[in-house]
Amino acid sequence: MQFLKNLIHKQEKHFIKGGKLEKFFPLYEMTDTFLFTSGKVTSSASHVRDVLDLKRMMMTVVIALIPAVLMALFNTGYQANLGMKQMGLSESSHWQGQVVEWLGLGHDPSSILANMVLGALYFLPVYIVTIAAGGFWEVLFAIVRKHEINEGFLVTSLLFPLILPPNIPYWQVVLGISFGVVIGKEVFGGVGMNILNPALTARAFLFFAYPAEISGDKVWVAVDGLSQATPLAQFADTQMTMSFSWWDSFIGLIPGSMGETSTLACIIGAVILIATKVGSWKIMLSVVIGMLGMSLGLNAIGSTANPMFAVGPEWHLVLGGFAFGTVFMATDPVSAAMTEQGKYIYGLLIGILVVLVRVVNPAFPEGMMLAILFMNVFAPIIDRYFINLNIKRRLARHVA
Amino acid sequence: MFEHYLSLFVKSVFIENMALAFFLGMCTFLAVSKRVETAVGLGIAVTAVQAITVPVNNLIYNNVLREGALDWIGLSEADLTFLGLITYIGVIAAMVQILEMTLDKYVPKLYNSLGIFLPLITVNCAILGGSLFMVERDYAFGESVVYGIGSGAGFALAVIALAGIREKMKYSNVPKGLRGLGITFITVGLMAIAFMLFSGIQL
Repeated sequence: MQFLKNLIHKQEKHFIKGGKLEKFFPLYEMTDTFLFTSGKVTSSASHVRDVLDLKRMMMTVVIALIPAVLMALFNTGYQANLGMKQMGLSESSHWQGQVVEWLGLGHDPSSILANMVLGALYFLPVYIVTIAAGGFWEVLFAIVRKHEINEGFLVTSLLFPLILPPNIPYWQVVLGISFGVVIGKEVFGGVGMNILNPALTARAFLFFAYPAEISGDKVWVAVDGLSQATPLAQFADTQMTMSFSWWDSFIGLIPGSMGETSTLACIIGAVILIATKVGSWKIMLSVVIGMLGMSLGLNAIGSTANPMFAVGPEWHLVLGGFAFGTVFMATDPVSAAMTEQGKYIYGLLIGILVVLVRVVNPAFPEGMMLAILFMNVFAPIIDRYFINLNIKRRLARHVA
Repeated sequence: MFEHYLSLFVKSVFIENMALAFFLGMCTFLAVSKRVETAVGLGIAVTAVQAITVPVNNLIYNNVLREGALDWIGLSEADLTFLGLITYIGVIAAMVQILEMTLDKYVPKLYNSLGIFLPLITVNCAILGGSLFMVERDYAFGESVVYGIGSGAGFALAVIALAGIREKMKYSNVPKGLRGLGITFITVGLMAIAFMLFSGIQL
């Protein structure tokens, strides 16, 4: 390690001011701080002594995402293999499937290894493309605007592929993450200054720009020609019967975006985030309460024409992106409400809006993404209200 | 009946938001959203003007301008719809004038902070748009009252949210070329994406 450290630090003279490669200082800084702690340590007074810095915080989120990633690998492969079995196919028309066949693993949905390998072949290329394209913009902005390359991008670039369907064309991944990173984050000045969650901005952009590849019945299982509606779409359509059990949905063995299907993995992630105090339990709890209240209310109202009214809260919890959004998207510390009371309002409204959109909006079967974006827009105003309330209260106390 | 009014209200506030779904009234929307207090004032002013002008224009349209509306003075053939635009603008200008004098007398602080933008409400496309939508959709009087309040409240909601974001953005390190209106345009676009949450709801 010492050898590597010396090697890297020997290069420093090229990157600091006056060096040949001074423009690329952010790249040097990134490599250096990624591998070692910063060489610069404050020596005078007023030094915050806390092990939790931005870097560690972001890495905690990445660790909390690992269960969801593993489930994404397994379920993507499982759904594809299951779909092929249902259609009676033994050879895949996708290169991913052909690689698996070449490895001799076959397309057996009961083999964990075959599922994992196939899923990885779908997930990893999307992830690599995201890292490459998003990283390009990140580095470009860091060099031109002379700010540091931030670990926040690691989280964004891991979240984004998890909320995409397996068969998304790579050029759309590039477009989406470019929009998310540049328009959603960098034009506001980078990490910590954006208004909307960059990963959700990227997905919303793709959703409205190329709906054919990211919505409907054909995209959720990586088998050509197989039409498999998500459970939410099955509920909404009176012609279809629900073909998944609650436990399947809870564990995540249902078609959907790659990483969002497993509520179990999200709960493990939530425990990690809450235990380390990186994610706000207030937001998670109030989103769930908002969802409970709204879905129970709609159950009570009932409707003869719209079967979605009868869907109970236990289904809303496990279907679609609800769990994933609640744990990893709504709690994004940058775009969520920051005041403690504001977090409750923010979360409650997300929960209410999600159910409302799922039930009464026939255009979208799922509303988690847009509900969070919508509340991101209103988070500053909620915060402002509570900050002013606090100022008023303290003023009153001061006068009295 | 109540249910009908409620769904019309929700529709005019969220689904057909004047600023973020139709992009009407952009000039005032972008210019008076730097501070939340001013935005709240503008929102109230637009809602008030909208709540008065849409029903008034509705009465004028149904009783004077519409084909056959002048039946009550014996001119059943008359069709004065071609006078529509000029009449609506006249009504709006008069209402804004009255509102301006009222504010100047009773809330001078708000009057001063709104400045030139209060008279500019006269030519705000969201206000005229409200009256034109009312005519196009053939709203009855009750509906026009609800629609007036709703569309005004939708505009107010959007402009207050934008002002909140812009106040927060004071801490953002926006690239030089985009500072001011440039980043505001981008923000409004992103807000419009978020507002598409409601697009497609049938009420």
